[in-house]
Amino acid sequence: MVQDLALYIHVPFCRQKCYYCDFISFPYGREQVQSYLAGLERELKLYSQLLAAKRVRTLYFGGGTPSCLSARELAALFALVHRYVPAEHITEATVECNPGTICREKLRVMKGAGINRISLGVQALQDEHLARLGRIHQAGDVYRSYDLLRREGFANVAFDLIFALPGQSLAQWEETLKGVIELAPEHISTYNLTFEEGTPFYRWREEGRLVPPPEELDAAMYQLALEILPAAGYQQYEIANFAKGGRECRHNLTYWHNEAYLGLGPGAHSYDGKRRRWANESSLEKYLAALAEGRAPLAASEELTLELEQAETVILALRLCQGLARSRFQRRFCQDLFEVYAGSLEKLARQELLEVSPQGIRLTKKGLFFANRVFLEFLPA
Amino acid sequence: MERQQKIRNFSIIAHIDHGKSTLADRILLQTGALTEREMVEQVLDSMDLERERGITIKMQAVCLQYEAQDGETYTLNLIDTPGHVDFSYEVSRSLAACEGAILVIDASQGLEAQTLANVYLALEHDLEIIPVINKIDLPSADPDRVKRELEEVLGLDGEQAILASAKTGEGIDEILEALVTKIPPPQGDPAAPLKALIFDSHYDPYRGVVAYVRVVEGSLRPGMRIEMMASGKVFEVDEIGVFRPEPSPADELTAGDVGYVVAGVKNVQDCRVGDTITDADNRAAAPLPGYKQVTPMVYCGLFPVESSDYQDLRDALEKLQLNDAALVYEPENSAALGFGFRCGFLGLLHMEIVQERLEREYKLELITTAPSVKYKITRTDGSIEYIDNPVKFPPPQEIAALAEPFVRATIIVPSDYVGPVMELCQEKRGEFRNMEYLDQNRVLLTYDLPLSEIIYDFFDLLKSRTRGYASLDYDYLGHKEAKLVKLDIFINGELVDALSCITHQDQAYYRGRELVDKLRRLIPRQMFDIPIQAVVGNRPIARETVRALRKDVLQKCYGGDVTRKRKLLEKQKEGKKRMKQVGNVEVPQEAFMAVLQIK
Repeated sequence: MVQDLALYIHVPFCRQKCYYCDFISFPYGREQVQSYLAGLERELKLYSQLLAAKRVRTLYFGGGTPSCLSARELAALFALVHRYVPAEHITEATVECNPGTICREKLRVMKGAGINRISLGVQALQDEHLARLGRIHQAGDVYRSYDLLRREGFANVAFDLIFALPGQSLAQWEETLKGVIELAPEHISTYNLTFEEGTPFYRWREEGRLVPPPEELDAAMYQLALEILPAAGYQQYEIANFAKGGRECRHNLTYWHNEAYLGLGPGAHSYDGKRRRWANESSLEKYLAALAEGRAPLAASEELTLELEQAETVILALRLCQGLARSRFQRRFCQDLFEVYAGSLEKLARQELLEVSPQGIRLTKKGLFFANRVFLEFLPA
Repeated sequence: MERQQKIRNFSIIAHIDHGKSTLADRILLQTGALTEREMVEQVLDSMDLERERGITIKMQAVCLQYEAQDGETYTLNLIDTPGHVDFSYEVSRSLAACEGAILVIDASQGLEAQTLANVYLALEHDLEIIPVINKIDLPSADPDRVKRELEEVLGLDGEQAILASAKTGEGIDEILEALVTKIPPPQGDPAAPLKALIFDSHYDPYRGVVAYVRVVEGSLRPGMRIEMMASGKVFEVDEIGVFRPEPSPADELTAGDVGYVVAGVKNVQDCRVGDTITDADNRAAAPLPGYKQVTPMVYCGLFPVESSDYQDLRDALEKLQLNDAALVYEPENSAALGFGFRCGFLGLLHMEIVQERLEREYKLELITTAPSVKYKITRTDGSIEYIDNPVKFPPPQEIAALAEPFVRATIIVPSDYVGPVMELCQEKRGEFRNMEYLDQNRVLLTYDLPLSEIIYDFFDLLKSRTRGYASLDYDYLGHKEAKLVKLDIFINGELVDALSCITHQDQAYYRGRELVDKLRRLIPRQMFDIPIQAVVGNRPIARETVRALRKDVLQKCYGGDVTRKRKLLEKQKEGKKRMKQVGNVEVPQEAFMAVLQIK
């Protein structure tokens, strides 16, 4: 049986790195992009048999900022991907875009290459917050680029938003949510700001130059999103994700269903859908060097135990509002979810964090706010 | 007899940091027992703890050969003593094995509390005292002042004091000569029935207990059957010898000699410091005077962080006890902390040393409960019991009277600080006994203080309020009645036994409030409000609340790096695993130590 595969391509370039971001990215440069494309081609070649044997259902260009590539570079990128990836089974092809770096020309290249979903890094609608985050765009760019996207015929647009920003008020967050709803993208993600090691934000917080909002406000902002978005027709389908009917991100669903995905490009992660996860070199140099020698640019690889595979399957599925069906677990592991986790389920149900029914389990409303507490219970001791 | 005349047995006594160990090393070097290189190595090899704390924990006895100016070769037995009040009984036994003592005084610091305590002990044993004013190479040295203090406070001849620097080697020759000319040779009949004083011992995993002895009368030979007079146990001597400093077997130890005995003794409990060894086939009529079984003064609970380490903790305590007759322990079961041990120690330092050794040498992670003393409880039915664990206190209505151990504390302090020190002693329920000027600038204060206050925070406060200038020594007095209450802590409505403590009723309110506040800051927020209460009897005296956590969720999880997200969760889980479950509240280990940290 031909198996489905989700393909992720990491485009590790940005015009400027945002202060909070810890994804792999390098300053944009034409030569670097050329060597990256050459490397990516080699990597695609390495995986060509695998790609030919699977059915690639979703394609996702993430970053970095894929949209910071020039129209010509984008065209080259798509061309080489399509050389190795048959297009006929792809139902969803997403490109992450920065509102400050898209133009008609690039969008037409995307459209021509079969890209049918744009994920726009909006983050906030107040220029003061965008500047403080180190974003290169302003609120005006959001409206302009969104307008352009629609005019160019993109019918599936997703917005990423960040809340719990330093100095952000609940009213400002509400303003952002309402402003976004008015624009009516098909999909909205809401992430609270996290301070990742190695980022300027992390350092600034350590130095006391940056004060994160109190946890109560963070919780209130999340609560607000949970109220406002569904009322506006955005169904919550994951802890941080909301979509209009049928517009859930299929590519990301692969992760939460704990199914196979192949990640290409520096720092990209992959999973064989069973017991093996691996990650690429995150330095562009090492990534290219390995490929130049004809090796896969692996930086790390992990063999999962059965216990870990089960734990990850449960934890990732619980991120979804539909939760985990008992039958799904049974099918995958030939074991009963309720037997494997009897003690934990009982405890979590008692704490009102988990809804347990004969069909399966899912987070309660309270569980959404304390998902980590729930997840811990499923990790092997 | 001829040989006995050439023996000199001596100790070095000093206040902490006055340079005792350096002087001992210097004497070893001068007599050729150590080379310069070995001296460095020995310092490096000695127990980490000793080096870090600058104190001697375990004693040594070294046999030195010294060619004196009279052309004769003398045997000098240096018996080292532990330099801390916790071990004063061991010090007294070491001194009982000597005829003389070198009294080391820091030329800048002058007399300190332990100097006094040690000199009084030495005088009790009729020792010839050789005062040495050390560190005279320091710019701040003031030997004249020290000489005056020697005369005025101790009644010693200040002019006889030897000026020395153990660091540079100055005055060492003079000290060695004084040992020979001033300290009398040992007495004692080598033909009488054997009496040998055990002044220390250590456990050797291959040979069993090695006892350090001073032969007072008679003689010891391999193959002899010996009896420990206090325990009545009989052993056969495998080997005797002296330390030079490496063990060197001998054919005989006779009256006046200091050395070691190996006799297949399996644990130090059978070879108690202060006991007398006699010839099992020709018993001495009476043992040497002064033996007592040391009893612990300070108790605390030791619990493994991982409950699965319980057996390892038991094994480790067993091993430590092989070498430490003063350490006692018994199993304890705490509702909050699970299975562990209630342990008794000679004092706070002894407690800390044992804890640190368990953690460092045996790699155990421990939760220690607040130290307690042994309370004397008279029940309403007239029965009397001693309780060292607050958990075991009877309910208040069954208690007719409570008494706690008191000590007599001597404190030497610059006169500028007399006020603050007296104030501190007052706060700590001290009873004034005496005040004496050592000279214009220094005062000797004597107070009777509850031992519980000393082990609580007295020493730290004394140091901070006198900018480190005060020195303290104390002697156990006995139990005295006091108005004590048991302070209980309830977390989320549940009594946490491991946090209960005994406190004076006047301090209960303050301590309760402090403890509750401390706990509020230590207990992480959980999914619900957690009330923390301090209660005396049935009366709540303080209350705080740990406000509920509102949110604990990794919002962002896509992009495929599942491993990293899982590692974050694993870290969080690891943190939770190190918590103790009290009811449905997770309490971090530090919380159980909070009682210790209230100032």
